[in-house]
Amino acid sequence: MNASAASLVAEQFDDLGQQREAAKLGMWIFLATEVLFFGGLFLSYTIYRYLYPETFAAASRHTEVILGGANTAILLLSSTFMALAVRAAQLGQRRPLVWLLLATASLGIFFMGVKAFEYDKDYTAHLLPGAHFLWHEANPGAAELFFWLYYAMTGLHAIHVTVGIVLMLVLATLAHRGKFTSGGYMTVEVVGLYWHFVDIVWVFLFPMLYLAGHR
Amino acid sequence: MTTHPTSYYWKNCAYLMALLALTWCLGYVNLGVFNLVAALGISCAKTILIALFFMHLKTESRMLHFAAGVGIIWLLIMFTLTLADYLGRGLIAMPRY
Repeated sequence: MNASAASLVAEQFDDLGQQREAAKLGMWIFLATEVLFFGGLFLSYTIYRYLYPETFAAASRHTEVILGGANTAILLLSSTFMALAVRAAQLGQRRPLVWLLLATASLGIFFMGVKAFEYDKDYTAHLLPGAHFLWHEANPGAAELFFWLYYAMTGLHAIHVTVGIVLMLVLATLAHRGKFTSGGYMTVEVVGLYWHFVDIVWVFLFPMLYLAGHR
Repeated sequence: MTTHPTSYYWKNCAYLMALLALTWCLGYVNLGVFNLVAALGISCAKTILIALFFMHLKTESRMLHFAAGVGIIWLLIMFTLTLADYLGRGLIAMPRY
């Protein structure tokens, strides 16, 4: 092992490979806890959709399916950029790495912009649960429940996207200084796992919230 | 460490976009209960593609496969026990087909 590689390995690890494996294991365990974090909301959704299938279908028709679908495409594309960023880091390509991280962050910001626009539309349409919630079809209570879940699930997801964007920007700054392109790219890889996970959550949220009732 | 060509990732991206288009189209046809089955099936397919190729599970060690699988197993336990409780106490009706 040469001196620069040795300085990347923390004392408790035998080599860089073992250290990378440990970092990834830590992230996968964190993601397993995240699965359960979101899982509680998915479980609530399942039970209430089972109880009120017609109302959930009707409420789902009030969501913005075009915007939701576009946002899915945006996140899938951002995941592709993230995977390419990890590849650039592996290959020690500093400039492509910085640009790919910035592209990933930009798509994340774009996603949040679309989401904000959507929340605003829902708010003006009186779909925000609470005193101003208005529902002219059958079973307003169950419809309000759907929108509680809609805001809780997309809201929790949006918090995760925001954290992801901040992480991408920090990584891009560090990458610009050449931190990851001399063998120690494990941080990029681990943050990549997190970003892909956030993408996977949305992959389930989209059909559940926007397509619960066919249009 | 294996490095894949960029086409490896773009190909996966293309598959994911095709699946998204399929989900979207299915949102406009009435298949009854199969709307939900198909939508969740496609979401699972997308998850598998993302996990295998973007998250590199395809080339990772057994230990990481285990850690990734554990999340899903815990989720299934949570769903099974809770739904069994709701059904058993009659809080939700048994499904009838």
